[in-house]
Amino acid sequence: MTTATKTIEELAEQKYKYGFYTDIEADKAPPGLNEEIIAFISHKKGEPDWLLEWRLKAYRHWLTMEEPKWPKVQYEPVDYQKISYYSAPKKKGDGPQSLDEVDPKLLETYAKLGIPLNEQKILAGVVAVDAVFDSVSVATTFKDKLKEMGVIFCSFSEAVKEHPELVRQYLGSVVPPTDNYFAALNSAVFTDGSFVFVPKGVRCPMELSTYFRINEMNTGQFERTLIVAEEGAYVSYLEGCTAPMRDENQLHAAVVELVALERGTIKYSTVQNWYPGDEEGRGGIFNFVTKRGICKGDDSKISWTQVETGSAITWKYPSVILRGDRSVGEFYSVAVTNNRQQADTGTKMIHIGKDTRSNIVSKGISAGRSNNSYRGLVQVNKGATNARNYTQCDSMLIGNRCGAHTFPYIDVRNDTGRVEHEATTTKIGEDQIFYLQTRGLSEEDAVSMIVNGFCREVLAELPMEFAVEAQKLLGISLEGSVG
Amino acid sequence: MLEIRNLRATIEGNEILHGLNLTVKAGEVHAIMGPNGSGKSTLARVIAGSEDYEVTGGEVLFDGENILELEADERARRGIFMAFQYPVEIPGVGNTYFLRQALNAVRKERGLDELSGKEFLELAREKARLVELPEELMKRSVNVGFSGGEKKRNEIFQMAVLEPRFSILDETDSGLDIDALRVVASGVNKLRGADRAIVVVTHYQRLLQHIVPDVVHVLVDGRIVKTGDKDLAEHLEEVGYAWVDGELKAAQAAQA
Repeated sequence: MTTATKTIEELAEQKYKYGFYTDIEADKAPPGLNEEIIAFISHKKGEPDWLLEWRLKAYRHWLTMEEPKWPKVQYEPVDYQKISYYSAPKKKGDGPQSLDEVDPKLLETYAKLGIPLNEQKILAGVVAVDAVFDSVSVATTFKDKLKEMGVIFCSFSEAVKEHPELVRQYLGSVVPPTDNYFAALNSAVFTDGSFVFVPKGVRCPMELSTYFRINEMNTGQFERTLIVAEEGAYVSYLEGCTAPMRDENQLHAAVVELVALERGTIKYSTVQNWYPGDEEGRGGIFNFVTKRGICKGDDSKISWTQVETGSAITWKYPSVILRGDRSVGEFYSVAVTNNRQQADTGTKMIHIGKDTRSNIVSKGISAGRSNNSYRGLVQVNKGATNARNYTQCDSMLIGNRCGAHTFPYIDVRNDTGRVEHEATTTKIGEDQIFYLQTRGLSEEDAVSMIVNGFCREVLAELPMEFAVEAQKLLGISLEGSVG
Repeated sequence: MLEIRNLRATIEGNEILHGLNLTVKAGEVHAIMGPNGSGKSTLARVIAGSEDYEVTGGEVLFDGENILELEADERARRGIFMAFQYPVEIPGVGNTYFLRQALNAVRKERGLDELSGKEFLELAREKARLVELPEELMKRSVNVGFSGGEKKRNEIFQMAVLEPRFSILDETDSGLDIDALRVVASGVNKLRGADRAIVVVTHYQRLLQHIVPDVVHVLVDGRIVKTGDKDLAEHLEEVGYAWVDGELKAAQAAQA
C-alpha cells in the first residue's frame, strides 16, 4: 500500500470514530460521496486493503471525468451527493443459513414479482439462485452441488473473502476502473454482485441466475459481476431484475466483466425490467451499465442476450473483445421503449485475433413517445485476418410519436475483414392486429404476439424459463401502446 | 342467427353500404354475389369489426344482440369468423402457437377449459386433415411463405379449429386453381351444421358448384338487390351482372 493511501485511510478511520462510522450497526450510509464513504463501504464489507486502495484510485479518477453527453438520451443531471451508496436489508441474527431463515416478507415480495424462491428450490438442479436484495446477498442456493465440481458461484463480497487471489487477478481486467464515467463510479462504490468461476474443463451443469431488485429509497445500485470460464469451461448465466413503483429517480450503474480463456464459453442472458417511470417518465430508473467480455483464449466464445424493457433511461453496450484466434462474439438484443422511455443500447465487437467472428442481432421496439437507439461498433484491427461480422438491426414502431435510430460504427483496418450490416424499420400493421383480433385475441394480446414474433430470433437465444418470462414482459411493457 | 338491418357504412367519408338488409338463419349457407366494388368485402369486414369503416346507420344483430359496439375480438369470441380475402402474414409467430392462443381465448369465453399443447395438437392434426393442410405448414409462421392456395386453406383450417357459429368467407375462391378450390370447398362443406351459418362472398359462381348455397343474394352498389335460390347464381353466371343492373334500373324506373 502506498503511503498516501495509508494516510488517507488513517484519516478516514479517525473521522469514523466520531462520525456515522461509530454506528457500525448502521444499515445505510448517509447520502453523499467522498473517500470516507468509500472507506465505510469497504470497511463494512471487511475488505482487504488492496481493494480499498483500488476503490479510492477509481474514485479519484472519477473526480477528473465528465458524465458522457454523446448518448441520445435526455435527463436532469444526477446529484451524486444526494445518493446513499450503501444499504443492507434488515436481518435477524447473523443472517440466514437457508431459505427458511430468510425474512418471510422478503420472500413474499419476490413471489409478487413472480420469483418464487421456494419453487426454485424445488426445481433443484435447474437453476441456482444468488438473490441480491438491495446491496447484500440474502439467499444463495445450490452452492454445495456446484462446489463439488469446483464451480464457484457466490456473492462478490464472499468472493473477496474466500477467493481474494482470483478476484484480484481478474477484477478490472476487462473493464478498467478508469474505463468510463459510470464504470469508475461503480469501481469506487460497488457494494455487491455475483462472482462465478468455472475451472478448466468443467461444464457448469445448471443455469446460474441472479435476481436484482431495488427497494431502499434513494439507494444507488452498484452491482459488480465477474465471471471467469477457464480453458474448455462452459457457463450460462442469467440476470433478471424488476423494480417496484417509486417516485425518485434511481441510479443504477453496474459493471459486468466476463473472461473466457481458451475454448471457454460464457453465455450471459439478461431480462431487464427496472421501473421505467410513469407515463410522463417521472421516477424511473437510470440504467448506466458497462458490460464487457474478453475472449482471451483461442476458440473461446462469449454470447450476450438481453431483453431490455424497463428503466427510464438505458445506456448499455455489452461488448466482446475477440482477442483469441477463432473466438466468437455474439449479441442478441431486444429493447422495448414505451411512454417517455429512452434507450441507447447496442454492442461493440473488437476483432483482434485471426478468424474471429461476431454476430449482432438487434430488435428495437418503440411505442408511445419513446426513443430507441441502436449504437454499435464493429472494429477489425490490423492483425485480425479473416474477421467476419454480421449485423442485423431491425426496428419496429408502434404509433407515430416515437423514434427509432441506428448509429452503426464500422472500423475495418484489415483488407480480409468482411462486415455485413442489414437494417429494417417496420411499423406494426393495423391489418395484422385486426387479423389476430378476428381470431379472438384481444388487441393487447395481438400486439404482444406480433412483437414477440418480431423478436423471435433473439428470444430463441434465451434459456427456456427466461424466454417465457421475457415474452410476458414484452406484452406488459407495451400495454396501452396501441389504440 | 344474424340479422342486418338497414346497414350503412363509410370509409374515408365515402358511403359503401347504403342501407343493407340480410337475414341468415342457423343451419343455412348463403352466397353473396356481386361485381367488383359492390361492397362485398366491406360487408364482411364490417361484420367482423374492422375499424377502417365507420358505421353510420343500422344494426347488425347476432342472436338478437347488436354487435356493432363490440371489438373485433369480442365478436370473434362470441362465434363470428371471417375468412380473409388476403390473409395477413405475421412473421415469427408460429401457426400452431397462434391458433392455440386464439382457440383458448374463444374457449375461455365459452366457459371451457383451455387446451394443453398436446390436446391442441391432436385437435389441430384432425382439422388439418379436413382441409388437407400439410402438417409442415402448421409449424411455420402465420401465412409467411404460404402460396395463395395455402393461405386460403389455412383460413378454413382456422375456421375448423375455432368452430365459429357464424362465418363469412370473403372471396375464399379467388386465386385458387380448381384442385385447391375443391379442397377448400369440401372443407367448408364438412363444417356445415344445424347450429351454424355460413355466408360465402364471391364474384364467381364456380365456388357455388362445390358449396351449394341455400340462399343466393346479389349485392350491387351497397344494397342487396335480388335474393333467390342456387339457380339465381347459375342464371347470373349466364347473363352477367349487367343483367342485374338492368333489372335494378328498370325497377327504379318503375318506382319513379
